[in-house]
Amino acid sequence: MSLLEVTDLRVSFSTADGAVKAVRGVSFTVDTGKTLGIVGESGSGKTVLTQTLLGLAPGGQVSGRAMFAGKDLLTLRPEQLRQVRGAEIAVIFQDPLTSLHPLYKVGWQICEMIRSHDKSVSKKQATERAVELLGRVGIPQPRQRVNDYPHQFSGGMRQRAMIAMALALTPKLIIADEPTTALDATVQAQILDLLIRLQEESDTALIMITHDLGVVADIADDVLVMYAGRAAEMADKHDIFYRPHHPYTKGLLESIPNSSAAGERLKPITGQPPSLINLPSGCAFHPRCAYVMDRCLTEQPDLIAVGATGQHRSACWLPVAAAGIEQDAEEIRRRAVEQGRHGAAAKVAEAIAAAPESEGSVIA
Amino acid sequence: MSETLPRDAATAGPGGTDDVLVRVDDLVKYFPVRGGGLISRTVAQVQAVDGVSLSIGRGQTVGLVGETGCGKSTLARCIAGLIPVTSGTVTFEGQNITNLSRRHMQPYRREIQMIFQDPYGSLNPRRRVGSIIGDPFAVHKTASGSARKKAVQELMERVGLNPEHFNRYPAEFSGGQRQRIGVARALALRPKLIICDEPVSALDVSIQAQVLNLLADLQQDYGLSYLFIAHDLEVVRHVSDSVIVMYLGRIAEAGPKDPVYDSPRHPYTNALLSAAPAADPDAAASRQRIILTGDVPSPINPPSGCRFHPRCPKAQELCGQQDPPLEVKAGDPSTHVTACHFPVQEGEVLARSGRASGGQPR
Repeated sequence: MSLLEVTDLRVSFSTADGAVKAVRGVSFTVDTGKTLGIVGESGSGKTVLTQTLLGLAPGGQVSGRAMFAGKDLLTLRPEQLRQVRGAEIAVIFQDPLTSLHPLYKVGWQICEMIRSHDKSVSKKQATERAVELLGRVGIPQPRQRVNDYPHQFSGGMRQRAMIAMALALTPKLIIADEPTTALDATVQAQILDLLIRLQEESDTALIMITHDLGVVADIADDVLVMYAGRAAEMADKHDIFYRPHHPYTKGLLESIPNSSAAGERLKPITGQPPSLINLPSGCAFHPRCAYVMDRCLTEQPDLIAVGATGQHRSACWLPVAAAGIEQDAEEIRRRAVEQGRHGAAAKVAEAIAAAPESEGSVIA
Repeated sequence: MSETLPRDAATAGPGGTDDVLVRVDDLVKYFPVRGGGLISRTVAQVQAVDGVSLSIGRGQTVGLVGETGCGKSTLARCIAGLIPVTSGTVTFEGQNITNLSRRHMQPYRREIQMIFQDPYGSLNPRRRVGSIIGDPFAVHKTASGSARKKAVQELMERVGLNPEHFNRYPAEFSGGQRQRIGVARALALRPKLIICDEPVSALDVSIQAQVLNLLADLQQDYGLSYLFIAHDLEVVRHVSDSVIVMYLGRIAEAGPKDPVYDSPRHPYTNALLSAAPAADPDAAASRQRIILTGDVPSPINPPSGCRFHPRCPKAQELCGQQDPPLEVKAGDPSTHVTACHFPVQEGEVLARSGRASGGQPR
């Protein structure tokens, strides 16, 4: 059984302009000792998804199930959830400066975390534990630094302190929401290495939310690609990077500048992510998709198996065999599009081709 | 449409002194740190940029990379004349423009424009897009009334915005579109040099590619030169003709992009390149990462000798004593310079430790 099993999770928020459907039926599992990477553009719902699991996105209408170690996180009362949060599921946020309290010493903040979950721990014991944790995450001279304030730490050290805090109660699952986005590449490498090492030591499960495909390639075992609140594609990371099926995944991979094609023109995805209030009909990606067919405009595709193992799943009407970046896969796509595109879809395709790189429309 | 823009496209291209548009010689910028008390004396100096020389050719893109706090943005602001220079010179088309008065600098402001990182912070939220883009025309009194509106709408079209959205506010645009507004504003006076300070860092990857393509098109059409600052090494490789790697206010390595990326000589360049995440699982698994220990030291009190030596995997005694000159190393082309006593040789493996034990400062 998986450590975390999320089934058909839906979250929407009502606003003056209508309901924002942030998450629209996402299912996934995370196993002990494994890393799930969740990728997607801003507004794809990746952060709302994980914050809902922890009860950190108040005001949303939530449905679905999220079984974690025998409990459904979505039905827990706030005080029960507080027991889970920090102790069993820890979170590392993007911006370590705003997630640490500026007026309290770093050590005090770690101690508070430990003592609020276990009152029997004395202050002295908690401080000892904080020193040990800071040492474990690679803060030099932890015995002195435990008495520092957050502003005395550099960005990388603050993120290490956040990781120390996350580890304090040996959680079973760590959710890291863009943990390295605010950091330099060299420091990012340090932090990713640290996370991998800690995971090996303690067999923790990790959910890594990021928009950086490089980070996913490095650290994840499985990858969930999100678009407009739904899973576009889900697979082992090798399948995602070498045999992408969904045109959105393919588009993301192609829009990254890389050394083998240096100097060539980049291939961006046309247009911009849709408004979550006014979603396009059918497949939400169709107004930006180079392979748009008639049925894409009206029917929403389900996430179905496209690989031999059943692990590789994609929500796209293209034939199952159209996975990959090679010529033969492209040929299958081209033939499917020829057969599947008439009237309405042809107009959409024309619009995409006519304005290949401009973002003409204004967001609603 | 370009003929109706205030300046003619024909001004770009070779002419004047050789083909160098901007030359920076031994530029130094120190910021004073003042003590408290009644008479605030200068107690220390932040050595943000400490002796940097470079040149940018016409129609060329120079990439500038380095970690936070290495002085790349300060250098850019010195070149644009936004902050006074402590010492050294900036030459634009053969004219010394260092520390000119506001009035004398005015004509050069038209030639050098900037695009900033944050498309949210760099646009006034209470002004309409049309008036934001039209500002340069107003400031330099080059167009007014309907001529200005026409020019602005042409600019909007050129950068891929709908000209009908002239009267909208920045909040009505997405991040990528806002960055296009920033590009249109920079382009308005047909500058010769645009300094791009992390222009795509705040954008999603698919939108980032759109903006990079736009910048490439504009360069081709108008013969623009770019000074392109970014921390994403793949982006810099994609856009640049030559690359400068900065560390703590100094140039660590510089040269045409291929030699710098393919056979980097400075251990810091090697570390930066190895740290950049590649979107390729197999490459990520097989790569030997050089994990640098600790953080960038304070520029108030930089290390003696080579400024990189406390973090350098190859550091020896000499490195702490003597500052290495920026020079061509044996076997490199004459344009590829490195400031290192013990440059990395071809085939040399720098990775000190595997990932399992890495990331432990000191």
